Amino acid sequence: MASAPSESDNRRFDPSTLNPQLSTPLSEFLQQLLNGLSLGAIYALIALGYTMVYGVLRFINFAHSDVFMVGAFIGYYAGKLVPEGTLWGGMIVLLAAMLGCAVLGMTIERLAYRPLRGGPTLNVLITAIGVSLLLEYTGQVFFGAAPRTFPQVFPTTNFQFASLTISSNQVAVIVIAVLLMIALQFIVHRTKMGTAMRAVSLNPKAAQLVGVNNDVVISFTFGLGSALAGAGGILYALNYPSIDPLMGVMPGLKAFVAAILGGIGNIPGAALGGLLLGTVETYVNGSQWSTYKDAIAFAILIIILLFRPAGLLGRFTTEKV
Amino acid sequence: MPRPHLALAVALLAAFGISQFSSSIDPYFLDVLIGIGINIILAVSLNLVNGHTGQFSLGHAGFMSVGAYFSAAVSLFVTPKFIGAAGGNFLQQGGFFVAALLAGGVCAAFAGLLVGVPSLRLKGDYLALVTLGFGEIIRVIFQNVEKFGGALGLNGIPAYTTIFWVLSFVAITIFVVTCLVNSTYGRGFLATHDDEIASEAVGLDTTRYKIVAFVIGAFFAGIAGGLYGHFKLTITPTGFDFTRSIEIVVMVILGGMGNTLGVVLAAVLLTLLPELLRPIAEYRMIIYSLLLIVLMLVRPQGLFNFQRSLTKKSASP
Repeated sequence: MASAPSESDNRRFDPSTLNPQLSTPLSEFLQQLLNGLSLGAIYALIALGYTMVYGVLRFINFAHSDVFMVGAFIGYYAGKLVPEGTLWGGMIVLLAAMLGCAVLGMTIERLAYRPLRGGPTLNVLITAIGVSLLLEYTGQVFFGAAPRTFPQVFPTTNFQFASLTISSNQVAVIVIAVLLMIALQFIVHRTKMGTAMRAVSLNPKAAQLVGVNNDVVISFTFGLGSALAGAGGILYALNYPSIDPLMGVMPGLKAFVAAILGGIGNIPGAALGGLLLGTVETYVNGSQWSTYKDAIAFAILIIILLFRPAGLLGRFTTEKV
Repeated sequence: MPRPHLALAVALLAAFGISQFSSSIDPYFLDVLIGIGINIILAVSLNLVNGHTGQFSLGHAGFMSVGAYFSAAVSLFVTPKFIGAAGGNFLQQGGFFVAALLAGGVCAAFAGLLVGVPSLRLKGDYLALVTLGFGEIIRVIFQNVEKFGGALGLNGIPAYTTIFWVLSFVAITIFVVTCLVNSTYGRGFLATHDDEIASEAVGLDTTRYKIVAFVIGAFFAGIAGGLYGHFKLTITPTGFDFTRSIEIVVMVILGGMGNTLGVVLAAVLLTLLPELLRPIAEYRMIIYSLLLIVLMLVRPQGLFNFQRSLTKKSASP
């Protein structure tokens, strides 16, 4: 196992170590905003997977956060095969994780969720919890429970703008996340498969009547969402370079909160929710309330569900008898 | 159950009888038995909310932690002032232990009220998430309160939990939940479960029923938490996280929602399973999770649910 790289301090989002010479409140504000946005971009990537699956199947895929973890581990092993600190090596690692996770997501859907389709949502929820536990415990047996240091697959430097410090990993996170979201937007709105996805999400029965193969569409949705989670896993591991089989639990829960915040089932909403949540959390982490960091996401969740259950960008639906 | 009070009396007597032999029972077996009892209380109380009333709560471990912390605090900080650090005689200990448990239960019930009133307006997945969120918030709060030991938790809790108390509270929990559900008032829970809109249409205050179920469920979760704290002797906030809630939910679902006997059996099975799989320690949790998936695939109505599927069609009174 590679020993911890010496420059690891620069790569953490922890603002206190990131830039000790922060002086003016404005530059601190901007620095925190930047840190928050790069964390939020990762939440957004995971949230997209949750929201897409919820869109087509109306259930919370609890195993999604563990697909994210598997992505990070695929990256860890793939990272050993390519030279560290090169752009092409990093891209290969990223693609390997996305591909691996897509296959994993589709396998999970085929084996665990499809047989239960049409049954009560609760049963699928429990199965999802079972799959989540299975991935976590299998990970603990095969990868070991001890945390590992993630290799620096992308080149690392720090850019300095006035008093702002931007690490190349933060740039990578934001650029890759934005590119993936644009790609997703293209797939969902400009391709035949994307149209089918939206049709299934709107009304599965009607979609089937007009010739959409629901099985293929749902499988594709899982593949797409899981690939994004895999990419999220790599980006998260680059910035928090310690990975372990339980690393997905908290980011997964928070990404789900982000999905609800934006309006579950709504793709731009998930992106917005992720960015908002990441930013708020980073600001809380930098304040004197930092120990309540993990509670903030859930407090936001509760407030949003009580006052605007459809989320920021969601549409209200009335219940019919 | 034709004579619930008689059954309760018999169960309490049996608990007393078994406790007389507790010194001759293998201590490992006794520990497992106490663990089973605590899980039965948790599962049966959650069943009132998730099974009988049909609300999906994922925050039961949060209420358990409230009960565990407050009852442990009573035993650690209040009880010694009355009976001294040495711990008084058996009767005094028992009395103060019950008082501590009740204090924990009442605090948990109050927490349940605080959580329930705003969140029970929501339904299904959303309610599940809000309760999950509240459970996590309770955990983070305990992590930050110095009086409760912060992230290190509380240590040195007196070992008051005996097999007698556990079995007694198991009997009381099952008794209360069964009688409540079978009472005239309790029909409201089932009606809320079966069809909320129809129940409202005939004039039932479904929100009130949901809150009552929630508060009672939280109360018994608090009792279970208190028993757990005085059994493990040390409690930490991370011991009551989201995974713990999931474990209890799994018991309720495998037992068959709303089926008390099934839930009790599932609690026994799911507590025993990790113990039975201990020889293959490394793989036991993998097998546990695989079994969970397979069970959901082959018996989605719950492992021990034989009657509900038959009576479902004639469920309307």
